Amino acid sequence: MLAALVGYLGDFDLAEEAAQEAFAVAAERWPREGEPANPAAWLIVTARNRAIDRIRRERTLAARARLLEAPEAFEEEPEVDEQFPDERLELIFTCAHPALGLDAQVALILRSLGGLSTGEIARAFLVSEATMAQRLVRAKRKIHGAGIPFRIPPPHMLPDRLAAVLAVVYLIFNEGYDSQPQLAEEAIRLGASLAEMMPDEAEVHGLLALMLLTESRRAARLVDGELVLLADQDRALWNADRIGAGLAALGRARALRGAPSPGAGPSGGPYAIQAEIAALHAAPVRDWGLIAERYEELAALTGSPVVALNRAVALAERDGPQAGLDAIAAIDLDGYQYLHAARAEMLRRLGRTEEARSAFLRALELARSEPERRFLQRRIGEL
Amino acid sequence: MQYLVQIFTGESMGAWERLSEDEKTSITQEYFAISEAPGVTGGAQLQPPETATTVRVQDGRTLTTDGPFAETKEALGGYYLFEAEDLDAAIELAARIPAARLGGAVEVRPLVAR
Repeated sequence: MLAALVGYLGDFDLAEEAAQEAFAVAAERWPREGEPANPAAWLIVTARNRAIDRIRRERTLAARARLLEAPEAFEEEPEVDEQFPDERLELIFTCAHPALGLDAQVALILRSLGGLSTGEIARAFLVSEATMAQRLVRAKRKIHGAGIPFRIPPPHMLPDRLAAVLAVVYLIFNEGYDSQPQLAEEAIRLGASLAEMMPDEAEVHGLLALMLLTESRRAARLVDGELVLLADQDRALWNADRIGAGLAALGRARALRGAPSPGAGPSGGPYAIQAEIAALHAAPVRDWGLIAERYEELAALTGSPVVALNRAVALAERDGPQAGLDAIAAIDLDGYQYLHAARAEMLRRLGRTEEARSAFLRALELARSEPERRFLQRRIGEL
Repeated sequence: MQYLVQIFTGESMGAWERLSEDEKTSITQEYFAISEAPGVTGGAQLQPPETATTVRVQDGRTLTTDGPFAETKEALGGYYLFEAEDLDAAIELAARIPAARLGGAVEVRPLVAR
């Protein structure tokens, strides 16, 4: 509803205020007169009429020329047989515009598409409600003042802009992954609507698949507040519906690339490749050879040392711990706890206990979350 | 909307000095081409910041200081005025400006509509 109003009115604040007024009118009238046949359309038309009314009052004529061509009188009972275009996609591209800061993009998307309140977003990102409100106000002012367009970007801009949208959604997902399931759920919902609205974009399905497959393991990942490694997780705790939906989304991503068979490369963009890896982990028997191959593709695509570390872990599973250690030696990521933890595991398996201990201790120094710290202490105790 | 497209040469002056005559000519051509682009309604290259004089008025007295208001390396090198549908169009124009890829930067700001 908000998307339709922003699209029509071209103004965030106006759309939000009008929507609130329409809800207030509905709350007052529907219990008395019964719900209209098409409640959503009724709300949009009512909100739009309220906004037109307000603009007339305020006489900001020049900036609102488009609105003044709209129907003449404010109707008490709006005609609701109109079709309203779904403009959520335009809205998400506006909210994830690269001229806005990443913090602002996240807040705007959660507020306008996720429907979270300012207070909820503030709590999720550990800032005060006033700070978050200020951030939203500033972002909306920039959209309006700088002329950030409300539209789906033209083809020559689409790849970059779509990547920006996907990055924000994935950021929201990761923000929620550890401790805030509601953000992760919100990100999955956003991913699913994107997939519905842009059915031909393989990476959109890739991201949705990645989020669903990752989220499917939530219940198994933390047991009684303790972190459980993927290899040790109780598969019975994995959410089979989520895995099914994730694999289906991955199937659509593959089909769009024209990939001949599951797991056959090239595996597409970064999200699709990560989803392929998540799917390989969900298989009854893990094929570490394929997992290492996918990480190799991902490393070539992103140049990320974190990806190179994951590849080293897969190599250790496929070719033994020494192969993993050799691969890790080439990675420059000394401040990254998972590098030291992975190295420690490999050293432990090679029987180099003292070296393993000091690597675990280094990881412990760098670990930030309590479950991770306790996990590392347990590993050290077991040496 | 109207945008002021400000060109900050930053480090790009050094890059400019190292270019061959042919390269300088072709970059100058690029600037001319941008000033001819649809929507560009004005623009100019400024003399170097050393030529700037900064003026303030205190108690009715005009005070002048030598040099630019901003630090020399942050001083404006030139600008275009650009009439465009939206920010995306202005960003695309800005990205064509040679200084943007030669170590400088371009700042796009909307003008207040009157």
